[in-house]
Amino acid sequence: MKWNEKIIEKLLGFCALITILTTVGIILVLLIQAVSFFQEVSIVDFLTGTQWTPLFAEKHFGILPLLSGTILTTFIAIAVAIPLGLTIAVFLNEYAHHKFRQIVKPMLEILAVVPTVVYGFFALMIVTPFLKTFIPHLSGFNALSPGLVMGIMIIPFVSSLSEDALNAVPNSLRKASYGMGSTRLQTAFRVTVPAASSGIIISVILAFSRAIGETMIVTIAAGQQPNLTFDPTVPIETITAYIVQVSMGDAPHGTIAYKTIFAAGITLFVFTFILNNISYWIREKYQQKYE
Amino acid sequence: MNNEKKNRLNDKLFQGIGIFATFIGLILLAVFIGFIIYIGWDRLSWDFMVSLPSRLAKRAGILTAWTGTLWIMALTTLISFPIGVGAGIYLEEYSENNWFTNLLEINISNLAGVPSVIYGLLGLVIFVRVMKMGGSLLAGSSTLSLLILPIIIVATREAISAVPRTVKEASLALGASKWQTIWHQTLPAAMGGILTGVILALSRAVGETAPLIVVGALTYVPFTPKSPMDQFTVLPIQIFNWVTRPQQEFIINAAAAIIILLIITFAMNGIAIYLRNRWQQRVGW
Repeated sequence: MKWNEKIIEKLLGFCALITILTTVGIILVLLIQAVSFFQEVSIVDFLTGTQWTPLFAEKHFGILPLLSGTILTTFIAIAVAIPLGLTIAVFLNEYAHHKFRQIVKPMLEILAVVPTVVYGFFALMIVTPFLKTFIPHLSGFNALSPGLVMGIMIIPFVSSLSEDALNAVPNSLRKASYGMGSTRLQTAFRVTVPAASSGIIISVILAFSRAIGETMIVTIAAGQQPNLTFDPTVPIETITAYIVQVSMGDAPHGTIAYKTIFAAGITLFVFTFILNNISYWIREKYQQKYE
Repeated sequence: MNNEKKNRLNDKLFQGIGIFATFIGLILLAVFIGFIIYIGWDRLSWDFMVSLPSRLAKRAGILTAWTGTLWIMALTTLISFPIGVGAGIYLEEYSENNWFTNLLEINISNLAGVPSVIYGLLGLVIFVRVMKMGGSLLAGSSTLSLLILPIIIVATREAISAVPRTVKEASLALGASKWQTIWHQTLPAAMGGILTGVILALSRAVGETAPLIVVGALTYVPFTPKSPMDQFTVLPIQIFNWVTRPQQEFIINAAAAIIILLIITFAMNGIAIYLRNRWQQRVGW
């Protein structure tokens, strides 16, 4: 092998190595700043405190209000995206003509392409006023509206991956089911969906991970007020929105406010990291290969 | 009603529900966008495009915002394209099946799922503070490059693996080296797929707001950036800033700016889809 071929291989290897360095960088950055944060705030207070007021004169550092906000908006979004996404996947796979599917699947991707700041605008300016006509006591900022809008945004994550999984189920299974006299609906929910369950579960996990990490919709429309509540009609704040809120205010380097965004960040990272790894693990272990 | 009839009815019922589910999201999006156009259209004008931001909503424009967005797009392409394609080539053509390759693959799949705001925190410490770039265009585009790297790598790998073995083997048999084969045969054949992936990744970068806010992009920049080390704002941040103002006029500005942002995003996705279709048709191995 000529020497320049070797240099090229090394260079390309370095490009690949950058992705590892990125992960190491993320973990180190979050850990170092978070450790410095936990030297000033006890980790027990952080994990069990019910008030989050780092920017006030009287400071409390309980992550629970941010966590409840994140969980609340996430579950609202999931409650929209999973039923709709799965229905779409089954419908496109079992009912729709393949040409229809070829056109509709990329169209659904448009939902994931629209920038999140635009969805934030939708939630605040359109969905909240609309919901107010049904729920008069709904606050101008709330968890419900950004949650619903986020749900619409992540529909294609669920529908696309689930449909791929359903599509990988061999036709012989489907044919056998029809042969027994099943309808398309029975075939879908008793044969193909169970056969594709690992892929569907992966799509659900990734949708969760996506909803937890979503930032701008909740920053704009949920209110930036940490409240330990599961009431979807009042203002709340998510972990992600808090990080943006502090960044907007330009917290000076080294202050406790600056360190809080890393403590919040590492909490967020742990959740999504676990979910992502579970989905990878399921894919490697349970993804059935049909020949 | 007997069982068979009930089953048939359920079957038909689900078909209706399926059509509803498929289109409800798109219909809502269309309604939303229609609303945006309705309130923002009249505000769009040449003045709006070339005016600096202002405290008076009627005089404010998006000049600094879209120039910032263009700068970010250009710099992010310059940084992420060679690294992402390089990593993709390495994984597809060079790496052996060992623990390190395995780690790389788990890692890339993981990075794709890390929330964008976390990349912002990484950029804030590494690029802004340690490398002393400040809240500059370079810091912002470096951060976004890391964010879209997984998308580019995956697209590159798919495009390369779609190139048939026979082409590579023919090249090698004629005495070309491994790199000559990649450079003269594999990459040109895979370029359509790679470009599609890169454009899709960039369209994602253009819409990103949170990581750039964390890295220190400003909401008010009274000048257009002249070099990669300048401070900047981008369209999504300008929109965010206007959305959070209480005055109605700024909301109209935000809607007008959203129209521009959506045009850019949809145009990029359109180009990507067009490229993908053309490339798939042309290359009939």
